[in-house]
Amino acid sequence: MAKPLTKPKRKNPVLRTRAPMLPPAPRSRISLGLTSGAARGAFELQVCRDCGAVQYPPREACRECLSDLLDWTPQRGTGELVAHTTLRHAMENYFRERLPWRLGIVKLDREGANEAPSLIVHVHGDCGEPPCRVRVRAMLDRAGQAVLLALPEKDTPHMSDDPQMRELTCDPKFRKVFVTDGKSPVGQSVVKAMIAAGSDLVWVGEAAPWKKIPGFEEIRALPEVTVVDLDVTNPDSVKRCAGQIGPKVDILVNTAEQHRAYSVGSRYGTENARAEMEINYFGLLRLAQEFGPVMMARGGDTETNAVAWVNILSIFALANNPDQSTFSASKAAAHSLAQAMRAGMHRSGVRVINLYPGPLDVEWNQELRPPKVTPAALARAIVGALQGGAEDVYPGDVAKDWYERWRTDPKVLERELAHGE
Amino acid sequence: MTRRAPYDGIVVTTPVSIPYVRFSTRGAHWWIGRALAALVRDSGLSKDRFDGVCATSMSLAPDTAVGIVQHHGLTPRWLDYIPMGGVTGVVAMRRAARAVQAGDADIVACVAGDTNHIDSFRQGLENFSQFGKDAVYPIGTGGPNASFAFLTDYYMRTYGARREDFGKMCVAQRENALAYPHALFKAPLTLDRYMNARPIAEPVHLFDCVMPCAGAEAYLVMREAEARDLGLSFGRILGTIERHNAYTDDPVQYRGGWAMDSGELYGMAGIAPNDIDFFETYDDYPVINMLQFEDLGFCAKGEAPDFVRSHSLTTDGSFPINTSGGQLSVGQAGGAGGFLGTVEAIRQVTGQALGTPVPDARIGLIGGYGMISYDRGVCSAAAILAAGD
Amino acid sequence: MNANPLLDMVRGIAERNIRVIDLTQTLSPDFPQIELPPEMGQCWPFRLEEVSRYDDRGLAAYWNNFSCGEHTGTHFDAPIHWVSGRNLPNNSTDTVPVENMVAPACVVDCATHAEQNADFLLSADFLRNWEEEHGRIPPRSWVLMRTDWSKRSDPESYQNFDEEGQHTPGPDTDAVRFLVEERDVMGFGSECIGTDAGQAMHLRPPYPCHYYIHGAGRYGLQCLTNLDLLPPTGSVLFTAPLKIKQGSGSPLRVLALVWEG
Repeated sequence: MAKPLTKPKRKNPVLRTRAPMLPPAPRSRISLGLTSGAARGAFELQVCRDCGAVQYPPREACRECLSDLLDWTPQRGTGELVAHTTLRHAMENYFRERLPWRLGIVKLDREGANEAPSLIVHVHGDCGEPPCRVRVRAMLDRAGQAVLLALPEKDTPHMSDDPQMRELTCDPKFRKVFVTDGKSPVGQSVVKAMIAAGSDLVWVGEAAPWKKIPGFEEIRALPEVTVVDLDVTNPDSVKRCAGQIGPKVDILVNTAEQHRAYSVGSRYGTENARAEMEINYFGLLRLAQEFGPVMMARGGDTETNAVAWVNILSIFALANNPDQSTFSASKAAAHSLAQAMRAGMHRSGVRVINLYPGPLDVEWNQELRPPKVTPAALARAIVGALQGGAEDVYPGDVAKDWYERWRTDPKVLERELAHGE
Repeated sequence: MTRRAPYDGIVVTTPVSIPYVRFSTRGAHWWIGRALAALVRDSGLSKDRFDGVCATSMSLAPDTAVGIVQHHGLTPRWLDYIPMGGVTGVVAMRRAARAVQAGDADIVACVAGDTNHIDSFRQGLENFSQFGKDAVYPIGTGGPNASFAFLTDYYMRTYGARREDFGKMCVAQRENALAYPHALFKAPLTLDRYMNARPIAEPVHLFDCVMPCAGAEAYLVMREAEARDLGLSFGRILGTIERHNAYTDDPVQYRGGWAMDSGELYGMAGIAPNDIDFFETYDDYPVINMLQFEDLGFCAKGEAPDFVRSHSLTTDGSFPINTSGGQLSVGQAGGAGGFLGTVEAIRQVTGQALGTPVPDARIGLIGGYGMISYDRGVCSAAAILAAGD
Repeated sequence: MNANPLLDMVRGIAERNIRVIDLTQTLSPDFPQIELPPEMGQCWPFRLEEVSRYDDRGLAAYWNNFSCGEHTGTHFDAPIHWVSGRNLPNNSTDTVPVENMVAPACVVDCATHAEQNADFLLSADFLRNWEEEHGRIPPRSWVLMRTDWSKRSDPESYQNFDEEGQHTPGPDTDAVRFLVEERDVMGFGSECIGTDAGQAMHLRPPYPCHYYIHGAGRYGLQCLTNLDLLPPTGSVLFTAPLKIKQGSGSPLRVLALVWEG
């Protein structure tokens, strides 16, 4: 059984903060399909459309029939650990700093006529000695690339505390979280979810302290919570806040959001659209500039390092919902910026996690019909991504539906949305 | 299967080795150049007479054999480059032999050389193969240590091999190496020391691992008549095999491509395993020796541990293996590691051993194994050499 | 005595016989802004973005861009701001007669009442009582409601919201009508975010100060400070808004001259 993680000691301030190192990141283009799946939390391998053979490592043609019609297809991932080793020596600094490190070979269960491939995988400490049954998942490593991890067949106590597992996740347990706006229903849910997930210190941003929002005093009274002033529209406020708590933030969840439900024609002028951009886009940019560097510097800092930056975007970021057109546009801008943040922050191992929820069950979606994503469900999705290793999450039925349609043909989706479908 | 033509009248000669060093400040071309110069010196031929070249190196990039001939002023009419790691010694021989046999070339210089800078081993691993880059290197395996740990772990569990069995091979090879002047490891190895070595990738421990180094090896392939004219002692090629990507459905590699082809090897040579006087295995980790003992017909699958227990494996004892010490004691000079056993076998059958000669060595077996591109060695090869007279 | 009394005034300032008092809050991003229901259009708070600070963005220069609404910080309300003043002549910041930008001020001290009751409403009777002590409010003068609200440096206490909205003092309907109709004031000034009380939307009419003051073509001043440094009568205010074309108001620097004698 994994040893339950105990609250890490305070770090010795006279020692150098360990610089972030990454596992090797280069991959061939074709193998990035594995990363694409892992980014969504899926374990997908190429399966030959002609003969059904499952392929691994990723390749350009079927190893059985030479077909080039290889489709990335979700896998159950069950199989047998047939060999393992524990590394006591490594060539790459990232692994040298984290030894010992367990690796193995898993023979996937055969699904069709062809033999299943053998997978070289990271092995969770709770997997038994080979031969034993395991579940394989694709996870993103600190470099943001997919790797495979064998988990025990059934969940074990304290499973997420396994050091190798923790390297592949951004588990909030014993990590310090900053929720940029704790006043919104989403912000409040996120704070509670982070505490439930084991965060022992949650900073909660508060803009416009004079606004009395139901539930916020309850949040403020939680023993894990410390409220800090933050108005993301105010550069000085962001700078002050980052100076105050930036070097201690392990996980930043940007819940600051401006949401109004206006179409292009239903709201004359740009004041509202600017306000949306000011918070949803410029606010993110300001946070990225002030909190990004200091979090990146702590990407390798012991076992409670800076690990994740969570953006709450919207499925409307991928395709504009004409009824909420300016909000959609501001989220599209944030989505684009988040991509750039990912490119910048991955060097430090800090993962940028983007959520693209469907309509939330909040006041500005009052007129929308269900299904709507409750703030609590969104918060659960955030914790799930942090614990599970995905970086792109589509919470809610609407988001999943739109995402599938968008993947299939963005133009069709655009036309359907234009006609209110 | 069509019966393969014998290598009648084709011989191997002029074994040369450039003494290994752990790290070299020289480039790979320097090592290859020294080996070519040694071939010239020992054969008495001018380099213009090498009208065929078969080369290998793992540290020559971006050059290949083309770069070699221009760099060293050769003008061959037959040129081959075989980036196949541990099988190159055998593969170069069988290709060169056919070229000479067919008249495409008269004298083929087979040469392998590599340098080893401070970080070149790691760089080599990082860029070893597409599968390696995608699915092996990024998860920390750090190259062959983990790959062979998997094979060793599986083999031990499945067939009951013990660490002592691997230790026995390492200790025997070290004893052989003590007489071989170019071996990098010059201290005796005891089983006790072997057993107490630090773990590298369990169950692989320190003395199971080859040490990367710089070095070069080479030999010539020519017609027997030519060798006689030049007064060169030579060995004959009785048989060879080569196989790539065998048994892909085995969950872990517990047999190599030799098992597919060993019957043909002995059939072509017209001998049986018990006619073999010594065996230069490919030995970058001792478990691979066991696979070769089994797959090349010395014992059944799973019996190699017992086979090891019942032989001394030393040059002067029963079933000599790796008579110069093998890569485990001499060092692994990149692609030249694939030539080490071949060059040593030529020395043994031509009576030119630099270390201890195998008594009455008439027939030697060479094993080749190489290129763990993903989870297993893709290439396997073997050749049987016989004394020329 | 100079033939030109302005020079006397300048000398008075230099010799500290005339004190210049700044009634302006610092324009800062942290200064609170009027808070409206979220579905309404919003007046921007003051925001400052660096253009450069002696760095690669501008070499030897430090400068900023700022943004804000017309009704941000210490600011001036022009008649056009309210629907009641929309059709009056000279009702916007660019057309307000400059003569109106210099005027005397009466300071009505409501500090004790405001401290006791955040929803304190200044009544016409209160003003009449004040006049009994300090004399009749002269025409074309400012009436400034001193509440010491500006001493609330904490934005939360300054805004003073609860779940029923804002609680800040201001004039009641009768007081405003009295000032406009019977005293012909230049305008009404407050230390709070609005000239009207925090709960003034529940008065009749809603926001009576805005309604009657601007309906009469007169002006408002909000977010004033240092009113406690002014005498009840006798000070002179300089209140020049930015000359914004068709502006409804503007942040401004409000200066008061006080004769010390």
